[in-house]
Amino acid sequence: MARLATDTADEVHVYEPHRAGIPPLVPYFRGLWTRREFAAEFSKSGIRAANTQTVFGQLWLVLNPLLLALVYYFLIAVLRGGDSGGLPRLANLTGGLFLFTFVSGSMSSGASSVTGGGRLIMNMNFPRLLMPFAAVRTAWFRFLPTLPVYVLLHLLSGAGWSWTMLLSVVFLGYAVIFAMGIAALLATLQVYFRDTSSFLPYFSRIWLYVSPILWAVHDTAGQFGTLMAVNRIVNPLYSIVGGWVELSLNGVMPSPTTWVMGAVWAVVMFVVGSLLFMSRERDFTVRL
Amino acid sequence: MDIAHSAQKPSPGEPPVVSVQDVSITYRTTFEKVPTLKSAIVRFGRGERAVHVVEALRGVSFDVTRGSSVGIIGANGAGKSTLMRAIAGVLPPSSGRVEVRGRISALLALGVGFNSALTGRENVILGGLASGLSRKEVVARAEEVAAFAEIGEFIDVPVRTYSSGMYQRLAFSVSVHMDPDILLIDEALSAGDASFKVKANAKMAELMKSARAMFLVSHSLNAVREMCDDALWIHKGKLMMHDTPDACIKAYTKFLEVGENAFTLEDL
Repeated sequence: MARLATDTADEVHVYEPHRAGIPPLVPYFRGLWTRREFAAEFSKSGIRAANTQTVFGQLWLVLNPLLLALVYYFLIAVLRGGDSGGLPRLANLTGGLFLFTFVSGSMSSGASSVTGGGRLIMNMNFPRLLMPFAAVRTAWFRFLPTLPVYVLLHLLSGAGWSWTMLLSVVFLGYAVIFAMGIAALLATLQVYFRDTSSFLPYFSRIWLYVSPILWAVHDTAGQFGTLMAVNRIVNPLYSIVGGWVELSLNGVMPSPTTWVMGAVWAVVMFVVGSLLFMSRERDFTVRL
Repeated sequence: MDIAHSAQKPSPGEPPVVSVQDVSITYRTTFEKVPTLKSAIVRFGRGERAVHVVEALRGVSFDVTRGSSVGIIGANGAGKSTLMRAIAGVLPPSSGRVEVRGRISALLALGVGFNSALTGRENVILGGLASGLSRKEVVARAEEVAAFAEIGEFIDVPVRTYSSGMYQRLAFSVSVHMDPDILLIDEALSAGDASFKVKANAKMAELMKSARAMFLVSHSLNAVREMCDDALWIHKGKLMMHDTPDACIKAYTKFLEVGENAFTLEDL
């Protein structure tokens, strides 16, 4: 938003119109980086205000997705006529569901990050992208306590350990970058259409079903034909969640397509989401 | 209180602290209180457009030298707050150019960004970090801010529990404690009771010694006359006059065709 030039002794701010809507990128991202502490503090105080720092608050973060996993586990058992797939299936389910909860949590809190920013947006000049990014940070710190539960289930299910599992961190990275992009995208949409956040629960429910969470990637080999081939390409979470579960649970090296599609989706979503956000950012002050 | 006397003087040949060059701000907004996709679709079906264009500022130019305290006067909707936001960099101009030398602390429309669910301290820290201060600087300042605002232990209580006076005192205190080079104040002098007003005035006089410039938006013409040595009169987005406070106030009140007394009643 502001072009910052350092004078000999002074800070000089020059505000000029940017025609295409996108502000000069290098100073923008420099500003973003210098104020990262703000995003951290914004997210921290949000977490404090939501009482997630209490014991039961923390417990709920783990319990909520775990209970959800159990519900789906029994659903699968019913649909399959008693064959639930045992603990390995449950571990598979929770691994995917926890990461999915991170992404959908980033989506819902990202969507309301700007419209909920109120006075801060009206009165302060700072790179607004900090708001959706702070929302992703919040979702991330809600995701972390679920990791030990996943590890425990991994142990119980008797799955082995291998060095390849460490590579699953790459897919976590994909998920974070993807989440930042989609949070920025939805934050922008929410400013113009305040009912965006009302559509989100339906949208993410469908997304959950078409992603390899309730079913595993290796289950579907040879099934659903073209439909699954299309899903593989157009559904970002097919690669991101699929790769994460395959690696972290089974230590199976995902196919090159999964690696590439995950990376492509993460980058595309980040670039599209943040550019859209930046190009509309100037409008936010008058639309709130 | 004569603030202007203690102010810094510009050194010869020094560029203006704030330079606003032919700035226009136009934006599109909607009539709807809450824009939704549903209403957009309904409107689209009817072939209506709800967007309308607001010309908030039209070709405004002025320079402000070091040590000035500038009063901005004008009727409601004249574009005073938009001008302040343009100087603060919150609203970039649609055309023209704004140059600002120094750190800005804005006290716009009371409240620096207060999130009512967070405590006073958290709000102070967030506001400071957003304005580009480091964490260390902000944390150290939080105590000073609380002490000046006289809100005691309420600093660690959510802002939603504050009385409106506490809220305004905190807002004022935040913006004057962020070491501003340029201070923007929008209708803030209504903050607090009589004794706080005296204290606030004293603090502003002190700030003017170190600050480079101050902008004050106020409907209280007396406050502008007392505190400022320069004035801008804005009407419907256009700069009508840039002169001494007395001259601007005279022209403005004549323009309104009402006596000055009608406006100064609210002031102490």
